[in-house]
Amino acid sequence: MHDRPDGSEVTPVPTVLAEDGVLLREGLVGVLERFGFPVVAAVGDGDALLRAVDEHRPGLVVTDIRMPPDFTDEGLRAAVELRRRHSDLAVVALSQYVELSYASDLLDSGAGRGVGYLLKQRVGDVREFATVLRRVVEGATFVDPEVVRQLLRRRSDPLERLTPREREVLALMAEGHSNGAIARRLVVSDAAVGKHVGNILAKLDLPPDEDVHRRVQAVLAYLRGN
Amino acid sequence: MTTGTVRQRTPGAPADLLRAMARPGFPVSRWSLRAITYTATTMVIGIAAMAVAFPLYGPWLVVVIALFDAPPGPGDRAFLLVSGTLSGLATVAFFGPLVGIPLGAVERRRLRLVSPGLADSGHRVPPPGLWGWIKTRYTEAATWREVAYLFLLMVIAFSLFTVMGMLLIFAVVLLAGPVLVGDAPGSEVSLGFVTATTVEEALPLTLLSPVALLAAVYLSGVTSYGHGVLARALLVGPPKEELRAELTEVTHSRARLVDAFEYERRRIERDLHDGAQQRLVALNMDLGMARLDVEEGSEADRRLAAAQRKADELITELRELVRGIHPRVLTDRGLPAALAELADHSPVPVTVQAELPRRLPSHVEGTAYFVVAEALTNVYKHTEANAATVHASLVPAAHGDALVVEVTDYGPGGADPARGSGLTGMRDRVAVMGGTMDLTSPQGGPTRIRVELPCTIDRTDPR
Repeated sequence: MHDRPDGSEVTPVPTVLAEDGVLLREGLVGVLERFGFPVVAAVGDGDALLRAVDEHRPGLVVTDIRMPPDFTDEGLRAAVELRRRHSDLAVVALSQYVELSYASDLLDSGAGRGVGYLLKQRVGDVREFATVLRRVVEGATFVDPEVVRQLLRRRSDPLERLTPREREVLALMAEGHSNGAIARRLVVSDAAVGKHVGNILAKLDLPPDEDVHRRVQAVLAYLRGN
Repeated sequence: MTTGTVRQRTPGAPADLLRAMARPGFPVSRWSLRAITYTATTMVIGIAAMAVAFPLYGPWLVVVIALFDAPPGPGDRAFLLVSGTLSGLATVAFFGPLVGIPLGAVERRRLRLVSPGLADSGHRVPPPGLWGWIKTRYTEAATWREVAYLFLLMVIAFSLFTVMGMLLIFAVVLLAGPVLVGDAPGSEVSLGFVTATTVEEALPLTLLSPVALLAAVYLSGVTSYGHGVLARALLVGPPKEELRAELTEVTHSRARLVDAFEYERRRIERDLHDGAQQRLVALNMDLGMARLDVEEGSEADRRLAAAQRKADELITELRELVRGIHPRVLTDRGLPAALAELADHSPVPVTVQAELPRRLPSHVEGTAYFVVAEALTNVYKHTEANAATVHASLVPAAHGDALVVEVTDYGPGGADPARGSGLTGMRDRVAVMGGTMDLTSPQGGPTRIRVELPCTIDRTDPR
């Protein structure tokens, strides 16, 4: 994924950051600014996040899920609310732990476009993190590989019908890769990937469609428990 | 509260036998009637008890005779003493309760005549079945106090019989004195201190007859009172309300302990989450930033990458640890979501069915989660089951609702509830909540753990 352009070469995306931990907030501001996401506001709770977005109209929101005052899922609720108000706003939620229910709430919002659900520890790989943010801003959906891994481990219902290779393809689809990118990763032909995708959509009872976001719907449908 | 035990009194009437006796009108009051009735029935019941309980004290009579009325030969005396004592102890131990318990029940009813107030037994409620009854009754103090009362009653009744009988005969003889003397000339009525031989002499003595009767009435009052105090001491347990209050307090403090425990777990989880974890993530990020400034593939980059990997592993480990202490999702989203996450983490495929109409108290959720987590760990570790189901639902119970959680695995079965500290730990944790746990595990399976947790604990001090 390092084939993505570095932050210095791209258009800056004004960003609002919500994170209550001061140490982490400072660090995140540094990373974001370095990769072309100038932080226009860094806040510490859900309400402040809503206000900051209204005021600055950013292109991207990066928010912690758990924040004051209740330390439950304020960030997530604020994110879902923001997606309701501005359906084109890119939102990336950072979570300390894998939780499918949180992930599906967020991905359900705004037709599942331009959202990301990431484990906090992913930000350690700063380049990769920046790449994910860039892709989400461009409209992709990114679900943390750990979440996808857990989904795949559920040996229940439709997913059980998938072959290991199809699961691999689905995982990469969930991360927002195109057929071409998947083909390169798995070192197979584009046609082979196309066939796998067709099979996956069929097995998950989704009619095949050329639209790329139809593929994301496959993952989302699964996340929602359909 | 037992109804019917406390009767309404006319205002101003004395509250108990002792105060009633202190008043001049005692002999014609209701209280004297009660005392007389009590005394009379005591004698009847006492004599009846002597007849019924003869096997109980019979052997002891042998002992007494052996002690005071020397039987022929010293060897015989020792034999009688030993055999009498042993058979006496044995009969009392085996049959004492059989006489004592029904007698106690009768005596508690009779006690209300002379000693107003609650008269509940000190007996516990035995578990169902004859064996449960025997085990409870033969091992509780209340039973043996009743047996002691049986022996005491026989002594009281015997003494009453003697004294009352003497007084009554005395009164009758005095009253009938003139007739007795007049009827048969030459006869005499002797009362020890005075002897009447003529009608003229006997006539004034008839006036003493009511005095003797009066003495009998007062004596009946005094003995009834004393007897009542004794009976209350031996037969009546602490009031049920008091026990209930104590039990409620114990329940409350237990619930508070569980709450405190849960609170601590949540606090530790929060501290780790907001403290150590955040710092590690920040550290990892700093390392990542540092790598941007060094040449890719250089020695420094290699070391930084290694440090990052270690930090990453640490974060993952810490995340799993925190989840084990208290799952965040349980606090945030409640039991069904937490159980679903638990199932997701289980290596054995688990189907969860949990529809709860509302959030449950945090300690109930915590306990249910613990039980399911432990049960699923057992399934994974100790069985070859390739499927398990978790079922949670709220059902109406005796007091409010109860949460019923069932974990079933389709393994080979044959789990032994006596083995494994896991099961004991689960049972303890459930018991602390006032819940119950059942395990069925026939050979060939399936193994099912069913836990029922009361959800509405009446708390007088909501925190």
